[in-house]
Amino acid sequence: MNPAMNESSHTPPLVEISGLCKWFGEFSALYDINLQVNSGERVVVCGPSGSGKSTMIRCINQLEEHQAGTIKVDGREVMPGMKQIEEVRRDVGMVFQSFNLFPHLTVVENLTIGPIRNKLVSKTEATERAMHYLERVHIAEQADKYPPQLSGGQQQRVAIARSLCLQPKIMLFDEPTSALDPEMIAGVLDVMIELAEGGMTMICVTHEMGFARRVADRIVFMDFGEIVEVAEPETFFNSPRTERAKLFLSQLLGH
Amino acid sequence: MDRNSPPPEQRKKRFTLVDLLLFSALAALILYAGYRVNDVLVYHWNWSRVLGFLVKYDQESESWVANLLLQGLATTLRLAIWATVFATLVGVVMGYWRTCQNLALRIISRCYVELIRNIPPIVFIFIFYFFVSSQLFPAIGIYNIDRDNPWVANEVFAFLFGDPALLDNFLAGMICLSLFEGAYITEIVRAGIQSTPKGQWEAARSIGLSPFNVLRDIILPQAVRKILPPLAGQFITLIKDSAIISLISIQELTFVANEVAATTTRVFETWILVGAMYFVLCYSFALLFAHLERRAKRSQR
Ligand SMILES: Nc1ncnc2c1ncn2[C@@H]1O[C@H](COP(=O)(O)OP(=O)(O)OP(=O)(O)O)[C@@H](O)[C@H]1O
Ligand SMILES: [Mg+2]
Repeated sequence: MNPAMNESSHTPPLVEISGLCKWFGEFSALYDINLQVNSGERVVVCGPSGSGKSTMIRCINQLEEHQAGTIKVDGREVMPGMKQIEEVRRDVGMVFQSFNLFPHLTVVENLTIGPIRNKLVSKTEATERAMHYLERVHIAEQADKYPPQLSGGQQQRVAIARSLCLQPKIMLFDEPTSALDPEMIAGVLDVMIELAEGGMTMICVTHEMGFARRVADRIVFMDFGEIVEVAEPETFFNSPRTERAKLFLSQLLGH
Repeated sequence: MDRNSPPPEQRKKRFTLVDLLLFSALAALILYAGYRVNDVLVYHWNWSRVLGFLVKYDQESESWVANLLLQGLATTLRLAIWATVFATLVGVVMGYWRTCQNLALRIISRCYVELIRNIPPIVFIFIFYFFVSSQLFPAIGIYNIDRDNPWVANEVFAFLFGDPALLDNFLAGMICLSLFEGAYITEIVRAGIQSTPKGQWEAARSIGLSPFNVLRDIILPQAVRKILPPLAGQFITLIKDSAIISLISIQELTFVANEVAATTTRVFETWILVGAMYFVLCYSFALLFAHLERRAKRSQR
C-alpha cells in the first residue's frame, strides 16, 4: 500500500463539514451538508444554478456565515464572528468567478499585499515569492501592469497566484472560468491542472467536465441546497445514480 | 476626396439670434438695475473708501499692509483650511461608522448626520458655540493659555491660527464649521465606501486581511478616487458656509465686511467687493481642483 495514502487515512480531513445549514432570510440555501475533503484530494462540485454551490464553499472561509452545523478547517472549527478568522482565511485560498483583483494595485502589489499585511514575510521576500508564483501561472512579464490592462484569462491567473502567495493548505475555486471568453479558458484550466498535479487540495465549483474528469477524485452533485450524489468522475458521468443528476447531465451536455 | 485629404472643416459654434436676444435681455436688465441705483435712488458710487479697507499705508513701518478686508479674507482661508482638515477626519471616521457592522457605531454616526442635516446651520452654530465656548473651553483651559509664551507669541502661530488673543474664538468657529461640514463629508465617504463592489471586500477578506487593512488598503483608496470630485465641491461649499461663522463674532471676511459697510456706509460697494473676493477665492479653488482632477486622471495610466 502507498505509504502516503496510509498516512492520509490517519490524519484528520483538511476540511470537515457536518450538518451545515444556511438560510438567507426565510430561504433555506443549504440543508444538512456533510462533506470531508482530505489533504491532497480534489473535489469538483457541480449542480444547477442556485443549488448552493457557491454558498457552501463560501461558508468554509466565512464569506458567508452559517447558522447550524460545524465546519472544521485543518482540525480547527470556524464559526461566525470568530476572532482568528484571518488565520483560517490565510490557509484557504479562494478564486472568484469575477477575478476581483484590486484595480488600484499593480499585479505584483496584488500578490504581495496579503503576505505583507499578514506579516508572513518581509517586503523583498514577498516580491520574490510573488514573482515565483507569477512564473508558475505563466504571466511574470505582466508584473508591473494594472489588472484592468490584462485580459480576463490573465486576470484570473493573477488571482490564482494571489491566493497561492499565502501558501494555502487548500484552494477553493468558484466557477473560475465562467466569466471568460472561450479562448481564455484553456490557459486557466492548465494552471489549475498543474496545481492539482502538484498535490494541492482543491474544491472546485465548475461545469468544465473535461477538467473534472481529468483531475477530480470525487464529484459532488448538489441540488436545492443539498448534496444529492457523491461519486468518482467516471461513475458520475457514465452512470449517475439519481434522477436529478441524470437530468442535470443531460441538460449540460444536451445543447 | 481621397484618403489623404484633410478632414472637412468643422462648423464653428456660432452665436445664434436666440443667444443674441438672450444676452441683450440680460444686459438690459443689468443696465436697468444700474439706472435704478444711480438715478432713482441717486446713489453716489464711492469705491475709494471701501478699497481703502483692503490695504492701508502704515506710517510706522512705512509700508503697505493688509487692512480689515484682506485680514478677514486671510481668516476665512485659515478657517476653511483647518475646518477642511478636521471635517475630513470626522467625515472619514463617521463615514466608516455608517457602514460598519457595529450597531452602536452605526447609530451614533447616523444620529450625527441626521441631527446636523435637519437643523438650520445658524441654529446649530448658536447652540454649539455657546456650549463650546462656555463649557468646553474653560474645562480644557483654552482661556488660560498665556498669550506671551514663546509657543504662542510667534509668527508661525499667527500664520496658522491668526491673532493669539482671538484663539478661543477661532477654535470655536473652526470646530463648529468642521462638525457641520463633517456631516456632509460623512455621507460622501459612506457613498464612496458602499460603491466599492462587493467582490473587492470578499477578495480582500479571503486573503486574510484584517478589517482595518481591508478598509485602508483596498476599499478607501478606491473610494477616494471616486469621491474626490464631490469632496472638492464640498470644500468650496465650506468656504462659502464659513460666512455663517461671522454670527459668532469670528472676524472672517463676512464679519469684517459688515463692519466696513457700517463704518463707511458704502453698503453696495462693500458687498459687491466682498462678493467678488469670495468669487475669486472659490473659483480659483474650483479651477485648481479641476486641474488636479484632470492630472490625476491622466496619470492613472
Ligand atoms: N446574499 C444572498 N441573499 C439572499 N439569497 C441569496 C444570497 N446569496 C445566494 N442566495 C440564494 O441562495 C441560493 C444559492 O445560491 P448560490 O450562489 O450558492 O448558488 P450557486 O449554486 O452558486 O448558483 P450559480 O451556479 O448560479 O452560481 C440561490 O437561490 C440564491 O438566490
Ligand atoms: Mg455560484
